[in-house]
Amino acid sequence: MEIQEKVKFEEELDHSFLDEIKEKSFSEEISRCIQCGTCSSSCPMVTYMDYPPRKIIAMVKHGFKDEVLKSFTPWLCASCYSCQVRCPSDIKITDIMYTLKREAIEAKVYPAKFPIPALAQEMHKLIAKNGRNSELWVVVNMYLRLKNPFGPLKMTSTGLNLMKTGRLSLKKEKIKNRKQLHKLLKAVSEGAK
Amino acid sequence: MKEYIYYPGCSLKASSKHYEESLLPVFKELGEPLEEMEDWNCCGATAYFSVKEDMAAAICGRNLSLAEKAGKDILAPCAGCYLTMKKSNHFLSSDHEKALKILDDLKTVGCEYKGTVKVTHPLEYLTREFGLDKIREKVQRKLTNLKVASYYGCQLVRPYTDFDDPDYPVTLDHIMEALGAEPVEYSAKTRCCGGSLAGTVEEVGLALNYVLLKETKKKGADVIVTICPLCQFNLEINQDKIIKKYKDDVRMPILYFSQLMGLALGIPKEDLGFSRSIIPLKPMWEKLTNGGAK
Repeated sequence: MEIQEKVKFEEELDHSFLDEIKEKSFSEEISRCIQCGTCSSSCPMVTYMDYPPRKIIAMVKHGFKDEVLKSFTPWLCASCYSCQVRCPSDIKITDIMYTLKREAIEAKVYPAKFPIPALAQEMHKLIAKNGRNSELWVVVNMYLRLKNPFGPLKMTSTGLNLMKTGRLSLKKEKIKNRKQLHKLLKAVSEGAK
Repeated sequence: MKEYIYYPGCSLKASSKHYEESLLPVFKELGEPLEEMEDWNCCGATAYFSVKEDMAAAICGRNLSLAEKAGKDILAPCAGCYLTMKKSNHFLSSDHEKALKILDDLKTVGCEYKGTVKVTHPLEYLTREFGLDKIREKVQRKLTNLKVASYYGCQLVRPYTDFDDPDYPVTLDHIMEALGAEPVEYSAKTRCCGGSLAGTVEEVGLALNYVLLKETKKKGADVIVTICPLCQFNLEINQDKIIKKYKDDVRMPILYFSQLMGLALGIPKEDLGFSRSIIPLKPMWEKLTNGGAK
């Protein structure tokens, strides 16, 4: 086992982290968290998380930037918004999880071997190129990105079932006016943070 | 009242073909035929917002502007598309400097968007605008005897709770009742199926969907009806693995609400995509023929 520092000194925390996340997720309310744990108890994914949502909010508030951005929690958020609609302090917890995912990608500290960020990025690439998602190809690209040749084996029965019922499409879907889409995305990325 | 333009989204053209195959004839039968949006692009789903927020809102802005040009509101049967475009619509109308910049960019490429479009789900339209009484009148063949668990999932009722409750919604149950079926009461109606996580982290998908199958089975459901392609997919695709892992026979047909609706409206069952079901439907047909007369 690797020895890790589990408690931090005040000086080791990043005190600008809270303001950064507040601004980027449009969530001033985050300071109002009373640590009631309604979010964690509403979360269908909490049993798989390294830090439950309640802890993530506390860690954001107190500047545990490294731990939060490296955590699996944002990537395990299924975006079901249970926590967000139930939060008594109206904290937009799901939206904050989205911000944390983007920040982790930007800081290149997200769990790169984990399939979920790989899927998100491959889907983004495919849509930006073709204007449409193609279910089969996004999965193929995800496994290529993960360099996991055995991954698709797990999905054999899925593939066969879809094929039998005529629901597996091999086609790469594309919109007609891709030029317009590419121009749009270029314009948005220029000047955007 | 403004007319609707149909936004299928990527899934309805691939693994959820049977959603489109049943929804279109249902709307035609109701006298409200749907016209598909020309050259729509993917909404980006949860994935795009996880990577690039501004771009995610912009690609939805393109769809919104296409609808605005046609002078119509958007009807999006996929709960994922529905929420993603609704969320982007809110953001683009927020007057935030980021939103204003995206609107400018949209204008530069010929996709000006003034913010006049509403994003609606068929469930909202059918219960709020078309009306349950009119649905009842159109029923040719009551689905008597059939116990139906309505599964709403998450994206349709959260976080925007415009037409139903975020924890215990009822609109789909009301439609099933109008068709003559018996809605099953259960508490997991909006418990998440795992979304795209169910496919990527299999153990998570198996656990979450086992809970849903088990709960509906316990309450006596013959079938689960869904309003979202990803819910339908996740609940159906790994049933063999779930049954093996938990040693519990929770096999259950997972249909789109529009398939049952079409059946009740008298559309031939061959035209409603039932052959795309991975789970055998024989027990359901038997139950229906025993008590399906009007």
